[in-house]
Amino acid sequence: MSSERLLLQLEIDQLNADYAAALDEKRFDDWPLFFTADGKYTVQGRENFDRGLPLALIALESQGMMKDRVYGVTQTIYHAPYYTRHVISPARVLAQEGSLVTAQSNYAVFRTRPGDSSEVYNVGRYIDEIVRTEAGLRFASRLCVYDSEMILNSLIYPI
Amino acid sequence: MNAPQTLSRWSTPGSSRVPFWAYTDAQLYQRELEKIFYGAHWCYVGLEVEIPNLGDFKLAWVGERQVIMVRDRKKPAGKLESDPDSGIRVVENRCAHRGVRFCQKPQGNARSFVCPYHQWTYKLNGELAGLPFKDGVKDGECVNGGMPADFDIKQHGLTQLRVAVLHGLVFATFSDDTESLAEYLGPQVMPWLDRIFKGRQLTLLGYNRQRIPGNWKLMMENIKDPYHPGLLHTWFVTFGLWRADQKSRMVMDAQGRHAVMISRRNEGGQNAAVTEGVTSFKANMTLHDARLLDVVPEPWWTIDDPSNPGSDITPTVTMITLFPSLIIQQQVNSLSTRHIVPRGEGEFDFIWTHFGFADDTPEMTRRRLRQANLFGPAGFVSADDGEVIELSQDGFRQWGEEGATLCELGGTGTGPTEHMVTETLIRSMYAYWKRVMSV
Repeated sequence: MSSERLLLQLEIDQLNADYAAALDEKRFDDWPLFFTADGKYTVQGRENFDRGLPLALIALESQGMMKDRVYGVTQTIYHAPYYTRHVISPARVLAQEGSLVTAQSNYAVFRTRPGDSSEVYNVGRYIDEIVRTEAGLRFASRLCVYDSEMILNSLIYPI
Repeated sequence: MNAPQTLSRWSTPGSSRVPFWAYTDAQLYQRELEKIFYGAHWCYVGLEVEIPNLGDFKLAWVGERQVIMVRDRKKPAGKLESDPDSGIRVVENRCAHRGVRFCQKPQGNARSFVCPYHQWTYKLNGELAGLPFKDGVKDGECVNGGMPADFDIKQHGLTQLRVAVLHGLVFATFSDDTESLAEYLGPQVMPWLDRIFKGRQLTLLGYNRQRIPGNWKLMMENIKDPYHPGLLHTWFVTFGLWRADQKSRMVMDAQGRHAVMISRRNEGGQNAAVTEGVTSFKANMTLHDARLLDVVPEPWWTIDDPSNPGSDITPTVTMITLFPSLIIQQQVNSLSTRHIVPRGEGEFDFIWTHFGFADDTPEMTRRRLRQANLFGPAGFVSADDGEVIELSQDGFRQWGEEGATLCELGGTGTGPTEHMVTETLIRSMYAYWKRVMSV
């Protein structure tokens, strides 16, 4: 692996680590900032993805929609309290075209509710399109394809 | 199974106080499966559009029994109760030989069904086509083994359920006693099914699935409770999709088991009279990206008002509950079926199938998909339904025999209303449930 490529992978892994930390530390206002202004964030069940069915669990098409989601998550959607822990695998860099990098990584998100043990909440992979901006690497698109056949009741916080 | 002794213990009159044990008693739940899901009721299994081609199948559930919905050749007219034959069959996923749940693929295409254990092979309609060693194995002049001479292959097919298809919605029943689907649904509900489905080809947009730790009836109650969205779902209130002052009508069938909540959205913002004291209301809430609520009226929304012949009605929301396990949602441009699959007295799976119409423009399809963000296990206005159902079940569990829910908004009666400040639909469902369950 060229040192340039190695560096790129390290940068993407760092981006993922920062992304996970923002969510697990409940800094939800920071979450849209990992995306470009017209960035896309999609959470889709594997069965829909594999069969080419367009429905997603969450499909946001701009940073603005992500801000609206954060408002819903923090202000309007009633849910029992929980926190998450993301474990993200090293990224596989799959393609690089100009400033656009395509990468994938696996994730597992654990959920812990007050007074309860931790449980496996959502497992899948990130399919990412990443661009380099003046502020650093940003997601032009993050598609979370989850294997988990059943959502454990509801999914509130971003994956 | 012996009926539990305790079932006659519903002591209060009417159906406005539902005892907690109706949600927590494991024996009672077994009786619900027998009397309701495997009894004389039509249960939803899927959409015709999910299996478009000959041999297409998908796994589905009737109660806790897994079944296969499959597209077979049509039989000549007059041979079946439904005429013309839809070609859709529903068979139980349980081999007639040793009881194996033989089909493991959630969907696919098959020429026949073969049990992996001993290769019993079934036609798409569930008839047994053949089995190995039926006539024994020859050993010289001798024939060893084989099935008895009187073994009749016709008597050993898969369980074939009765099937009825209405406007692309597929229902099945284990019972010979269930009335026709049209009678079962009744003339009060039918115009609202016609409005969405009649004469239209559906397209499948996809699925969302959630597992909710609560009794299955709580989901029906949630949709039969028209005023909670104005309180629990802040999002709805703020954008006028649901508020206690909007034009609404509660319709139910003659037996009180099915219902339609019909409503028209208002323009959003604050109406001081109905948002006063509603602590969840967010007066200053606006969207950064309005595409999430890009509602465009569709021509089919307007129909002749079934209650006022000669005048039109244009609801933006119709929520149809078909007892026992189907909810059909029209919320502005978002359309879905929501299927309740019970998994014991304290848990159910909730399967959302979003659909559109074959003549939708690409823009309308995108709109339906965007508005899907409002619904489902992560939806702005329905994730919290699953959460409060879980909390309800938690509350029931921590109390003994004497606890009961109180459903007396709008009185204790079970009639239809022209407003939403009522729990009449919940009461009417339990009045029916009590009759079926003999409690």
